[in-house]
Amino acid sequence: MNTSNIAEKEPKTTAKLSSEQTLEIEDNHITVGSCFSDNPKMTMRNVNVFYADKQAIFDVSLDIEKNEVIAMIGPSGCGKSTFLRTLNRMNDTVDGCRMDGDICMDGDDLYAPKLDVVELRARVGMVFQKPNPFPKSIYDNVAYGPKIHGLADSRVDLDEIVENSLRKASLWEEVKERLHQPGTGLSGGQQQRLCIARAIAVSPEVILMDEPCSALDPIATAKIEELIEELSENFTIAIVTHSMQQAARVSHRTAYFHLGKLIEVNPTEQVFTMPQHQLTEAYITGRFG
Amino acid sequence: MANMTFENHIMKQFDEEIEEIRTRLMEMGGKVEQQLQNAIKAVSEADSSLAQEVIEQEQVVDEMEVEIDESCILIIARRQPAASDLRLIMMVTKAVNDLERIGDEANKIANHAILLSEDGGSTRGYPEIRHIGTSVVKMLANVLDAFARFDADAALQAIEEDKQIDLDYKTALRELVTYMMEDPRSISRALNILWVVRSLERIGDHAKNLCEQIVFVVKGKDIRHK
Repeated sequence: MNTSNIAEKEPKTTAKLSSEQTLEIEDNHITVGSCFSDNPKMTMRNVNVFYADKQAIFDVSLDIEKNEVIAMIGPSGCGKSTFLRTLNRMNDTVDGCRMDGDICMDGDDLYAPKLDVVELRARVGMVFQKPNPFPKSIYDNVAYGPKIHGLADSRVDLDEIVENSLRKASLWEEVKERLHQPGTGLSGGQQQRLCIARAIAVSPEVILMDEPCSALDPIATAKIEELIEELSENFTIAIVTHSMQQAARVSHRTAYFHLGKLIEVNPTEQVFTMPQHQLTEAYITGRFG
Repeated sequence: MANMTFENHIMKQFDEEIEEIRTRLMEMGGKVEQQLQNAIKAVSEADSSLAQEVIEQEQVVDEMEVEIDESCILIIARRQPAASDLRLIMMVTKAVNDLERIGDEANKIANHAILLSEDGGSTRGYPEIRHIGTSVVKMLANVLDAFARFDADAALQAIEEDKQIDLDYKTALRELVTYMMEDPRSISRALNILWVVRSLERIGDHAKNLCEQIVFVVKGKDIRHK
């Protein structure tokens, strides 16, 4: 076995296509496309993220516009989930994870020492890959957040929040007769919509979705995708997805990550018809990943 | 986009399917080109059996159009192509249509060739047919070549050739009108020639469409109606 090849530790700067052909990424790659917005909800500047001594995100700058749906795509390990998780400081819970750079929401620094992370996560909600309802009733799953954040003054208020959230998550009609049965008894797609209802019950401003449909069947996926479109009227949504078709269907802008670098951000219609960077082209046409 | 390539998909079958479509389109282009050359030859040499051959080819070209279209629909359904792959597939579905129409026009020319040869008579107007015919054949060859190499610059140059063809067409029209005025007995014959020239001009337009489609595939820019 040849052990002299230790150069593997260095971040690779080329992408191997399925043949011998490789595409170069410069070390100081500058994101192509339109990263910035005149009406940003969140702004990220020169964000670097490290897991212990391994760098996962390299100098990413990006704005997320109010009420837009932005999709993050890229091959496994490209840093898109890590990047998403910096937006509500979910990475704080990971040992050895360190972030530098600026991330602001409505101009407020999300990493300010005084900031209350619990409150932040109410403003920036998250939906995960696997539906993870609490082992409680459907009602309590949704009511839990508003209760601990003190958003409801009375039982009537709480009932209203629960109903509204379930309606917004397009789940109300399916569960209104059995609100007090366990949330875990729902189908996968219903559970995921319950998690979305739970996230919107605390009136977040931004919803982060980390591959919200990858454990769902196509019909449940279609329902979630339809929901995303409706939710974008009231919320700003950032979604990480492995399904390029899903990114094409639901998002307004698409960000392509590769090996921790933000390669390209452009309107979705452009990314899927005429991407600007050849790496994006190679990825979305299925030439590597 | 630096260089156009439709290889290197992780799914090798996708590479093969795209290659197959390209090959079929080039084949169809070759058939249509041959049809056009023969049609022009049939007119200028009053060769009605060659004209008949052109007419018989029509069916083959029609079948190719349907077949290639079907392959494109299958690829869209099965592979959900994106970016350059998507542009190529969209281009091909349009290109087969233009090629088929070129075949139609060649067919019309062949029909007029038969009428003209039955009619006998003078060869006035034939130089115009030969002149425009040569330009159109050359343009079509350049376009097919540009497609084979995904050469957007060559396609843009070929668009310029169409402008010249349009000018030559107008000149030919004026000359044919002059013949008709000089000798009213030549009117029916001149009209047949006029239809041939008209078909050649139409072929130039279809070839121009093909050029625009090539630019769309390579550059992602829609240059129609500009």
